Amino acid sequence: MPGTLDQMLESNLDSVDSAENLCVDAAKQIGLDEDACMDLGLAVREAMVNAVAHGNKYDAAKQVRFVLETRADSVRIIITDHGSGFDLNRVPDPTEGANLMRGSGRGLLLIQTFVDEFTVKKAVAGGAEVTLVKYAISD
Amino acid sequence: MSATITTRQVGDVTVVDAAGKITLGEGSALLRDQVRNLLGAGNRKILINLGDVNYIDSSGIGELVSSFTTVTGQNGQLKLLNLTKRVHDLLQITKLYTVFEIHDDEAKAVRSFS
Repeated sequence: MPGTLDQMLESNLDSVDSAENLCVDAAKQIGLDEDACMDLGLAVREAMVNAVAHGNKYDAAKQVRFVLETRADSVRIIITDHGSGFDLNRVPDPTEGANLMRGSGRGLLLIQTFVDEFTVKKAVAGGAEVTLVKYAISD
Repeated sequence: MSATITTRQVGDVTVVDAAGKITLGEGSALLRDQVRNLLGAGNRKILINLGDVNYIDSSGIGELVSSFTTVTGQNGQLKLLNLTKRVHDLLQITKLYTVFEIHDDEAKAVRSFS
């Protein structure tokens, strides 16, 4: 079961589905229940949409690096795009004020809600590198 | 399961039955188009039935918000019916639960429209 998958994915929604399905399968393998699997799947979907749509802007010339590390007690996902990156601390809170009624901007909130660890850093090539971790036993 | 969106008329209320996945590239655009079409046809009382929606992402949630603001901006009313636990939880997390008028009984929901 433990292992690492390292793929370069096209910047399209098929890649989003593929990444989500791979992570849900990995979550099942480490014993997460159905709800937790769906939580992780949604978080990965949101992170992949950010990379494909906001980072790479669906540019066919740009790919998303998708790394899935499955351990006995955790699943770690690293997603890297070729956009301009973003500062998590400067992203508007979608639950406050006028942001509440915006039609977008909730993806990062859902990611942070549904994984145990979430970090964002600038990739070496300049884009965003996000890491999501889900443990088999959550607090 | 991909998304399906169908409509039916109950009195002067249009019930939009959504099913499947309401996500970017699937149900989200279908829902947007359907609501826009209803408004274009003069329907201003819209009840979205989410009872068979088994999956929704931030795009789908955003589309519910956009539809709500569009309909209310045209002096209409948009309400939600039959939230699954998943959709209920996501509306709680995003603090949108109190924004929408939410029902779990269709007949009562239809009667609630002024």
